[in-house]
Amino acid sequence: MSTTVTKTRTPATERRTVPSHRAATPGPVRKNPVPGILRRALTGGAALFWTAIVVVPIYWLVVTSLRSKSDFTSDSPLALPSHPTLDSYRTVLDGDFTTYLLNSVVVTAGTVVIAVAVALMAAFSIVRNAGSRFSRVSFRVFLLGLAIPLQAVIIPVYLLIIRMHLYDSLLAIVLPSAAFALPITVMILVSFLRDVPRSLFEAMIVDGAGDWRMLWSLAAPLARPALMTVAVYDGLQVWNGFLFPLILTQSGDKAVLPLALTLFRGQFGIDVPATMAAVVLSTLPMLALFILARRQLVAGLTAGFSK
Amino acid sequence: MVAPALLLFGLFGLVPLVGVAALSVARWDGLGSISWAGLTNWTSVLTDSATWQSLWLTVKVMVVSWLVQTPIALALGLFQAPRGRLRALFAVLFFLPLLLSAVAIGLTWQALLDPSFGIGSTPGLHWLAKPLLGSPELALYTVIFVIAWQFVPFHALLYQAGIRQIPTALYEAAALDGAGPVTRFLHITLPQLKYTLVTSSTLMLVGSLTYFDLIFVLSGGTGGPGTATRVLPLSMYITGFQAHDMGRASAVATLLVVFGLGLSLLTTRLSGFTRMDSQQEGM
Repeated sequence: MSTTVTKTRTPATERRTVPSHRAATPGPVRKNPVPGILRRALTGGAALFWTAIVVVPIYWLVVTSLRSKSDFTSDSPLALPSHPTLDSYRTVLDGDFTTYLLNSVVVTAGTVVIAVAVALMAAFSIVRNAGSRFSRVSFRVFLLGLAIPLQAVIIPVYLLIIRMHLYDSLLAIVLPSAAFALPITVMILVSFLRDVPRSLFEAMIVDGAGDWRMLWSLAAPLARPALMTVAVYDGLQVWNGFLFPLILTQSGDKAVLPLALTLFRGQFGIDVPATMAAVVLSTLPMLALFILARRQLVAGLTAGFSK
Repeated sequence: MVAPALLLFGLFGLVPLVGVAALSVARWDGLGSISWAGLTNWTSVLTDSATWQSLWLTVKVMVVSWLVQTPIALALGLFQAPRGRLRALFAVLFFLPLLLSAVAIGLTWQALLDPSFGIGSTPGLHWLAKPLLGSPELALYTVIFVIAWQFVPFHALLYQAGIRQIPTALYEAAALDGAGPVTRFLHITLPQLKYTLVTSSTLMLVGSLTYFDLIFVLSGGTGGPGTATRVLPLSMYITGFQAHDMGRASAVATLLVVFGLGLSLLTTRLSGFTRMDSQQEGM
């Protein structure tokens, strides 16, 4: 039963970017909503200009990472490397890069699993008990959470982590990161689960299913696209997060990649190609994610903010 | 089943929100014991001209960032909205900065803007061989530019999504009435994007209070040169975690919270924006 349902329902978060829903609105679908030469010239010009601004630094980043230390000072910055080499990558990988990579993987995976699991339970309960006061208040709490800036509460979080004897551990990054991923994750999942017809839940109740079974065998499979979206989005945020690792860990063997990049700078000093190789290596997993799950990534970034 | 989520978020989100106000009337060096300090942190923070300078820098970053990012993001959104292969390719390129961490972006730009070995040593680009991050006059604007580099793609995505939602029937009706492209843009596209504009602006304004990672890296953790880029979050970090005055830093952090909440209330009020609004006026 659940497969047919999945097919007919588009997730609330994706519906915005999937063109098919437009076909549902009456009237012909035109490809270009704002026609005109003026628009084309202005937006095309802006697009070209901004593309150059976006692409040049990224191109420079990649070619610099492929230069030798001596070529870096003699080559023209935007020219292709005169003697392309992977030496800088070797330098980085010979260091503790794998430790940092592993730390980042553990922190990201741990945070995403905790945040998504806990948020799914919360969203399910909020939607199922939509009438209750407690549900409404809980939802408000998460909405308020969207407006709390991380930086503003970092000192009490630091105090908490010390008192919980978690300072300088990976768990010290995972718990607050998961907590701060909750508001947006809960919001996206709630807006998705709200669209699940009540009759499906009622049918399961008739079959004698409890809350846990409904969550596990109805809500979770139905919400899979939304779960993917929030997992990918939360993953990107945590992978790139800097403030929690900076404040809540200290020793080198607990450093995650963004923190490690600042260590590399100190370690390699003026070896710019090695620093750039470390930057490239730290971004590769997210590039892979982008290639594999671009739709979820875009949906996650705009979900909850665009309507 | 809400309990685990509420517990986790309560512990690390809500408790600290109260905690930061509590710590602002305490004396704590970050390691030892915590003692009552009364209002000394507050009087010292509020009478210190450095606080006001930080606040001024924060406001400046906020306003200039909005002025720079909004038109570019809107133009890019307009460009990306129609579907097509070439546009899709552009969209992929625009997206790249969103994948990079603020640290990666900071390190890249810092090296790229190095006056001796950076982009300024390219023939024809010598005018860029300036201490863009090293001079007190230029550093803040350079930082604002790099912030735009990081965040414009996100806002362009918002505008693109907003533009794709505008019913084409509106444009057809306008075309029948003989409205030109400029009229259509001013009277259909812009009003229909009201919701997106408010969302994007709110995120930009409130978000600009929290620019920390990027400025931290670009200024080598100092908010420098001098105090040229020491916005509130940096000032808080330096006071708390470098000068070990957590009480005073908590007072600065409380300012941030108040400022942030006030700002989001203000933007939503002023624009008369509520989620219940119809987003398809005239339909």
